[in-house]
This record gives sequence, C-alpha cells and structure tokens, in this order.
Amino acid sequence: MPTTETGKSSTESEVSGLDYEETQLTLAPPGGSKSEPEKKRGFSESIDLRLGRPALEAHAKDPASGSSHGPVSGAGKSPASKAQVVGWPPVRSFRRNALRSCTYVKVAVDGTPYLRKVDLDAYAGYQQLLTALEEMLSCFTARDYTNERRLVDPVNGAEYVPTYEDKDGDWMLVGWWMFLLHARD
Amino acid sequence: MVRGFGWAAAFPDEVWEHVFSFLAADADRNAVALVCRAWHRIERRSRRRVFVGNCYAVAPAAAVRRFPEVRAAAIKGKPHFADFNLVPTDWGGGAEAWVEAMAEGWPHLEELRLKRMVVSDDCLELIARSFKNFGVLSLVSCDGFSTAGLAAIAANCRNLRELDLHENEVEDNCLNWISHFPESFTSLVSLNIACLEGDVNTSVLECLISRCPNLKTLRLNHAMPLEKLVSLLQRAPQLVDVGTSKFSADHHPELFSKLESTFAGFKHLKSLSGIWEAGPTYLPAIYSVCESLTSLNLCYATIQSPELLKFVSRCKNLQRLWVMDLIEDNGLIAVAASCKLLQELRVFPSDPYGVAPPISLTEHGLVAISAGCLMLHSVLYFCRQMTNAALLTIANNRPNLTCFRLCIIEPHTPDYISQEPLDAGFSAIVESCKDLRRLSLSGLLTDRVFKSIGASANRLEMLSVAFAGDSDAGLHYILSGCKNLRKLEIRDCPFGDKALLDNASKLETMRSLWMSSCSVTLGACRQLALKMPRLNVEVIDERRGRPLESWPDDFPVEKLYIYRTVAGPRSDTPPCVWTV
Repeated sequence: MPTTETGKSSTESEVSGLDYEETQLTLAPPGGSKSEPEKKRGFSESIDLRLGRPALEAHAKDPASGSSHGPVSGAGKSPASKAQVVGWPPVRSFRRNALRSCTYVKVAVDGTPYLRKVDLDAYAGYQQLLTALEEMLSCFTARDYTNERRLVDPVNGAEYVPTYEDKDGDWMLVGWWMFLLHARD
Repeated sequence: MVRGFGWAAAFPDEVWEHVFSFLAADADRNAVALVCRAWHRIERRSRRRVFVGNCYAVAPAAAVRRFPEVRAAAIKGKPHFADFNLVPTDWGGGAEAWVEAMAEGWPHLEELRLKRMVVSDDCLELIARSFKNFGVLSLVSCDGFSTAGLAAIAANCRNLRELDLHENEVEDNCLNWISHFPESFTSLVSLNIACLEGDVNTSVLECLISRCPNLKTLRLNHAMPLEKLVSLLQRAPQLVDVGTSKFSADHHPELFSKLESTFAGFKHLKSLSGIWEAGPTYLPAIYSVCESLTSLNLCYATIQSPELLKFVSRCKNLQRLWVMDLIEDNGLIAVAASCKLLQELRVFPSDPYGVAPPISLTEHGLVAISAGCLMLHSVLYFCRQMTNAALLTIANNRPNLTCFRLCIIEPHTPDYISQEPLDAGFSAIVESCKDLRRLSLSGLLTDRVFKSIGASANRLEMLSVAFAGDSDAGLHYILSGCKNLRKLEIRDCPFGDKALLDNASKLETMRSLWMSSCSVTLGACRQLALKMPRLNVEVIDERRGRPLESWPDDFPVEKLYIYRTVAGPRSDTPPCVWTV
C-alpha cells in the first residue's frame, strides 16, 4: 500500500521518480521564462537540472473530484500525486522560506576568491548538487574531456575534489571530484 | 405603567453607556443594539472596539458612520487559504479603502490590527499622519509595504506603544528605519520585528531600548548576531517576552557566560521565541529561564531531539509550546511528564516535502500529550501516520479540546494499521469534545466522518477539509448541521452543486466558504448568486480566457469564495476574479 510507506521509502521513490524534464537546468535569471535551457557545453549526457524546487505544478485532478459520485479510492495513488501539490501540506510560505534559509551553505573554490551561497534544499539528491556546483564554478576550471567527470585547473592540471568541513572542523572527502567545498552547517 | 420602551428614558444616556461598557463581547453589544432605538443609538455611540472578520462584508464608510467613537479596530482580508498560495496574489484585501475611511471618521483611533491584508507604504504614512493618539499597530501576514513605511510610523507616532509585525512580507529599502524614532520617543512597550529580513542598526536599537523603560516585549529578527543580541538584552532586564535572533555562533566561553548572565537577569520572563538555527552550544546558557516560561515558541529552531528534550522538560510551567517535529515522540513523552500545565501544543514539520530522512514523530507523541497534559485544549499537529485507535484515545483523554488541527502530510493516508479510513477517529473527536470550535481534517476520509461532524459538532466555528469525502453528501451533512459554523474551507474534495444549492441559506449565517478543486459548476454559482443577493459569489480563475458571461453553465469552477456582505459586489476585483 503506497500510503503506508514510511517517510524513508517515499523519499527514495520521490528521488527516483524525478523525471529529467522536471529537473531542467535553466540558466536564465531567477523567475525568468521557461525557455529551452542553454546547453552550456559538451557534457553530452549532462543531467539537466533546475536550480530551484521541483515545479509546484497544480496537482492533477483528483480522480474523484471530476464526478460527484463514486468513492475516493485510497488504494491506488496516481503517479501525479508524487509531484508537489500547490499549498499542501498547509505550511505558510513565510515558514517555508524561513526554514529554507537554514539549508544554505557557502561554497568556495580553493585558491580563488570565489564564494557562492547554495541552498541545499534546492537539490533532490547529492548527484544533482555536485553537478550544479560544477556548472556554477565552471569558469575557474576546465573540463578534462578524457574523463568527463573530472574538473581540472587549467593552469597546472591539478584536479579539484569536493570536500566539506564538518562540525568538528575536519575536512571530509566528498565523492571523487576534486574541488574544494567549504560547507559549514 | 410605562408605555412601550419608554423605560429606556428612565435613565440618562450616560448611565446606559456605563452599563454597556461592561459588555466586552461584540455579540452582546449587537444584541443590546437590537432592543430599542434608544439603546441602538446609545450603544453605537459608545462602542469603542470593532472587529471586521471580512473586510468586504461591510463598506468602510458605513462602519465608520455607524460607530463614530471607535478607538480600536481589527480587520481581516484574504481567506485563510491565502497562507498556502491558493489565493491569487492580486485577489484583493487592500487596506487603503479602510485606512482612508478611518482617517476621515475616526481621528481618535488608537489601535489598528490588520491580518492578511495588502498594506502599502502610503497606507502606513496615512496612518502615521491621521491619528494623533495612535498607540498600537499590528500587522499579521500582510504584504505590500516596506521599511520606508515603517520609518513613517516611527517618525510620526509619538505615543506608539506597540509595533507588532508578525510574519509579513516586508521589502527592505530603508535600512535605518529604526533611527526614525525621535530621541524624545519613550513610550514603547512592545516591539516585534521578527519577520524583517534585513539588518537592524544595533546601536540605534540599544538607544531606543534604553530610553523606553516600559518595554515588555522585544522580538528581534534573524539577522542579528548573537553577541549583539546579548548586549541589547542586557539593557532590558525587565522584559517579559523575548524573541531572540540567530542562536548559533562559534563557541566562545566569554559569549556563553555573557548570555548566561543576561538571561539569569530576566526576573520576569514569561515568553521566549526565535532561537533560529540553534546549535546545541548556546542553549544551556539560558536554562535559568525555563522554570518561569509560560510560552515557548521554537517553531523555527532546528534543534535536534536530545537538546530539545533537555530544554523543554525544564519548562515546568509551560502553557503554550510551539515546536518542530524534531522533538520526536520521545520529546513529547518527556513534555507530557514535565509540562503539566500545557494548554496549547503546535508541532510543525521540519521537512514538509519529505526529502530528508524521516523523523520519529508519530501518533504516539500526541497520545502521550493527551494523557499527560490535563489542561490541553488546543492542538496543531503535523505527522505522517495516524490510527483510529490513537484518535479515540485522544478524544477520551481530552474531551476539553477546543481546537484540533491534525495534518497527516500525505493526502488520503488511512489508518496505517487497519488500513481503514480515519472516519471513526475523527468522529470520536467531535463526539467527545463538545466545545470543539476549530477542526482540521486530514488522512483518508469518507462521507461518514462528515455525518458525525454535522450531527455532533454543535460549537464548531471553523472547519478545514482537504482530500476527503466521497460525494455531495459529505458537504450536505456539514452545511445542514454544524449550527455555529462560521468559516468553511475545502480543497480537493468531490463536493458539488447539489449540496451547495440545497443549503444556500446556511451560507448567509456564515462568514465565508472557500472551495477549490471541487466539483462545482458555474451554473450552480449563478443560481446561488441569484437566490442569495446578500452573498458575494466570487469565481476565481487564473487562466484568463473569455469573460465569465460567455462561459456555459457546466463550466467547472476551479476556485470559489462565497461570503456574506451588506456592501454588495466589491469594486476592486482583479481580472482573475468574477463576482457572479
């Protein structure tokens, strides 16, 4: 029964349920039109990411709401119900925005003055976050096309690896990329 | 023998006025006004407070004319579901019409409280200039203004006692608005700026606080660093209500002990809020105030369970607790054991969209609270699972509940053990809790629950329904029962035309009805509007096609807002709203 799943399994299915269309990277300014995303470069199998929350599309009509008869079935959940429903759960936008600001981290590239604030809430998963960071910090790095997943410094060819600083101040490795992440809780 | 109502003349007007001054409730004053002409005249001239639950229910000029001596007004604008982005941003609720009428007719106005209204800077400036003795401004869930408007209030309201800004969207374009309070200004009693995004000049604020000896409430915003907060609070040990700013910083022993001594200095502190982004480091510094707290609002504090538990279980005198679900069942069990005076509990979701790992907050926490806290009467609870058995237990434990709002986050969630709908559980709540005034439903529900509610919920004033019911019968049960229903808000339910039309006259006994994503057609709205001239039937559709007149009767209405009014259709409807 889909409705009895714990929060954990619903998270998993939500992540895997993300369609690529839903996660389009729009490189327009915030609030810009939803036009074709610019494909920046030859990362051919690049996952298109939207830098923002998944679309708050109006929930597909509840199967029972179109007719005035017939019971609402709790058994089958339509795939559309996995998408976010406007205004549900009933959390004030003020609260949503206030809580969101708690999930910002600062991202820096070692050896550069570059510092960006990134909202962790905006990414449904770890891979998306790393890819988005790579896009964001691409001007300081060049892509090593022999292995598309590595970022290298254009001057000395050194690789960048993402790391983060945990609560105790230790630097922890994150994945197998090599650009420096200053992430503070 | 006195003829007719001549006895009213037995006493001079002032005597009746004095008698009426003991009537606090609007309902009582309204009743008095209906007794005879003399009483109507005396009452209206002596009414000092008005509450307008729907700003469009009466024309501002009419209200001002009827009650010429009002000193305190409270007005509400947008429907409640506007909080959840269901109402278009341009729907209405503008405050200008009211502020202009009040500026004209109530020059002695002292208090103004607006909720869910669009308040412009011009409005604020008009308020600042028009009322010589203005003392209290409260804006809750409003938008449309900036800190420039606040600067006007600060500069001109010489006798301001209260400035309460609660969860408003405020544009920050005047960074030093606080410095607009003149040096001679000393009357502040309550300042709540928690919703402001920008930095506030701490030294200016310190001066302000220092020269306002009557300051009792100070709620700061998120932006202020902890060190600055501490030096600010040190200047006002008389505070009764404190809202802190960010409660995290690198650990500095000096800062810790400063914080500790500052809070130890609060001999009268009853209410604590804020504590944004609290880490475990600094929370122990303020343990000294726990015992005296009656109200604790940690609903923005992302503290994990162990620290949260340690803190809250010291608050033995707590009457009101607002907290995140990070408290978990264990935490609530501890609260149930420690906080025996608890009257109101609100548990908010830390992760409403379910992306993070799940929190261990279930029905068990709420059941524990219902068993341990005998004075509990108001509940707001977000969780992910529920059973009928738990609801039954809660209903039996706490028949004194007046407000029960349960939000099971996933729509259509049944009893997770029996897989049944939650009809039995919610029915138990309404049958047991005879004084229930507010109820929010969630989970899998059939028409049966509405039958119970219609039959038993005699004191119910506000009902919120989402993703529930099977048919029109559900809505019919509610509208034909629930004698005292004032506000009904419904979304995503299969309720349609028949129930609405069969109960048309009920709608005039209520303040308002909201229905969105239901099964109402335009034809029914037209019939309703025709039948009930004292209702405004607003059809809201943001798709902006042809005008309403050209749509057929079977056109499905996406959003519908119906409210009683003596002002007729409003003149400020935006393009997406049609008054049928």
